[in-house]
Amino acid sequence: MTQDYTISELENIANKLRLHVVEMTYAANSGHPGGSLSAADMIAALYFKFMKHDPKDPSWDGRDRFVLSKGHVAPILYAALAESGYFPVEDLLSLRKIGSKLQGHPVRGKVPGVEMSTGSLGQGLSMACGIALAGKMDGKDYKTICMLGDGELQEGQNWEAAMFARQAGLTNLIAIVDRNRLQITGDTEGAVGLEPLPEKWKAFGWNVIIIDGHNMRQILEALDKAAAAKARPTVIIMKTVKGKGVSFMENNAGFHGKACNAEEQAKAVEELKAVIQ
Amino acid sequence: MTEKLAQRNYYGKALAELAKEDPKVVVMDADLAGSTKTSDFQKVCPERFVEVGIAESNMIGIAAGLAASGKTVFASTFGVFATGRCWEQIRLAVAYPKLNVKIVATHCGISVGEDGASHQALEDIAIMRTLPNMTVVAPADAYEAFAATKALAKYDGPAYMRMGRADFPTILEPDMEFEIGKAKVLREGTDVTIVGCGQMVSSCLLAAEELEAAGISAEVINMSTIKPLDTETLIASVSKTGCCVTAEEHSIIGGLGSAVAEALCDSICAPLERVGTKDTFGESGKPADLMVKYGLTADDIVLAAKKSVSRK
Repeated sequence: MTQDYTISELENIANKLRLHVVEMTYAANSGHPGGSLSAADMIAALYFKFMKHDPKDPSWDGRDRFVLSKGHVAPILYAALAESGYFPVEDLLSLRKIGSKLQGHPVRGKVPGVEMSTGSLGQGLSMACGIALAGKMDGKDYKTICMLGDGELQEGQNWEAAMFARQAGLTNLIAIVDRNRLQITGDTEGAVGLEPLPEKWKAFGWNVIIIDGHNMRQILEALDKAAAAKARPTVIIMKTVKGKGVSFMENNAGFHGKACNAEEQAKAVEELKAVIQ
Repeated sequence: MTEKLAQRNYYGKALAELAKEDPKVVVMDADLAGSTKTSDFQKVCPERFVEVGIAESNMIGIAAGLAASGKTVFASTFGVFATGRCWEQIRLAVAYPKLNVKIVATHCGISVGEDGASHQALEDIAIMRTLPNMTVVAPADAYEAFAATKALAKYDGPAYMRMGRADFPTILEPDMEFEIGKAKVLREGTDVTIVGCGQMVSSCLLAAEELEAAGISAEVINMSTIKPLDTETLIASVSKTGCCVTAEEHSIIGGLGSAVAEALCDSICAPLERVGTKDTFGESGKPADLMVKYGLTADDIVLAAKKSVSRK
């Protein structure tokens, strides 16, 4: 199932997902809104335009597979799954509560549409390599898409996976790096620097596409270009703003793993509702 | 006891048969295929063999992705690297979502020999056993390694199997059946229960003969599945004999000895003596010399059995 939304409709969906993120994490009084908001536009593009999937049949064999390696931004994934029809939108407010399927980090088998269990950083790209490799072995034409955090790239296993993907010719694999430049301790370059990041991926044998991760046209073009890759796996490095869409969360590492208080929540909801059609 | 055979050779043979029998089977290795004998599979089925290079953590993640896509995955390397190097990857990517990945390690135990402590897995049973959803198997000889490999291929879920490097005495039948979670009484006795796994089972049988000469009747159990532990067979035996000894080529902390202690303390009060390495790393040396130095011989089992009997 792919849907024929226009760019402005997709932008609007992204903002609806953002509102869910803010409401879910506020209800949970915990969670990771910052990196959820930076990823929102790409997630909207994936689930409402680019990926072939069927919310009524989550294990449909022909579906594209999505692995959220930065598992802490589960709220944005859950919001997209609910809005696309995998489970009722009302369930979103059970995030992080005891007995809920919506665990703090995604769990395979618990939530329809979640392909792999993640949350410990640095593992998703390896898992995505396995899924993509199975597709190649079986002659299936699905795509495997893996979203990574930028700070997460400090984990060495990513680079093991990057080397393997090139070696195995996984042209059906698309990595997406949410380059919001902030990790818990602050600027990624002040922690353990990642730059020159595009050159690193190129040196590992990948196609590299650099985009503005909040420009829907660029997002869609990059995904189409990545899907057409013939010789190498492709990474889309999307430059984003952590906390995008809520003024006081933007570029604020303090909202990496913290929900709004009541006052902040009212303001966040007001700001997001103002831009939702 | 007939000849000595390497378990890994029979693992390789079983994989080569599985290549023909089961199209879902995929075999992975991390640059050690010649040693783990996954190369036997690679020779007959290169299209379903995955070389990941020297990158065990990545191997586990890829294995999980393959399993999530319907494959039955066997991922192999040496025991230290197969478990310790990527324990947390196994925890999150394999055990938690209960994926169909078999982590099969060779070169476990102190009988690895000359390579020394860096390569002698003496903690692997402990760290794998603690993972929810994980099955842990340690076959006694090459024939059981073959049968266990076939049984694991039919079992849908995460499992760890440990094997040694050296040639071990064969004590079971070449065409034996292996049932996951089922221990076998290899010798009946009335005075002490000796529970072993891996190559120590053959030493348990030798010890039982020595004990018989000393007037002690020993029952020997091959506990080749350490998790889930066959508590029924264990408790039935210890209820009869009144005391117990465990023997493993592994630390006495967390392995078979601990599993048996846990089972006993849940249901029966009986003395238990544990033969295994005593909270220590190994070292380089000839396998046989190391087995003596670290207290892993039939004589050590005899002493432990006598002590256990005396504590009744």
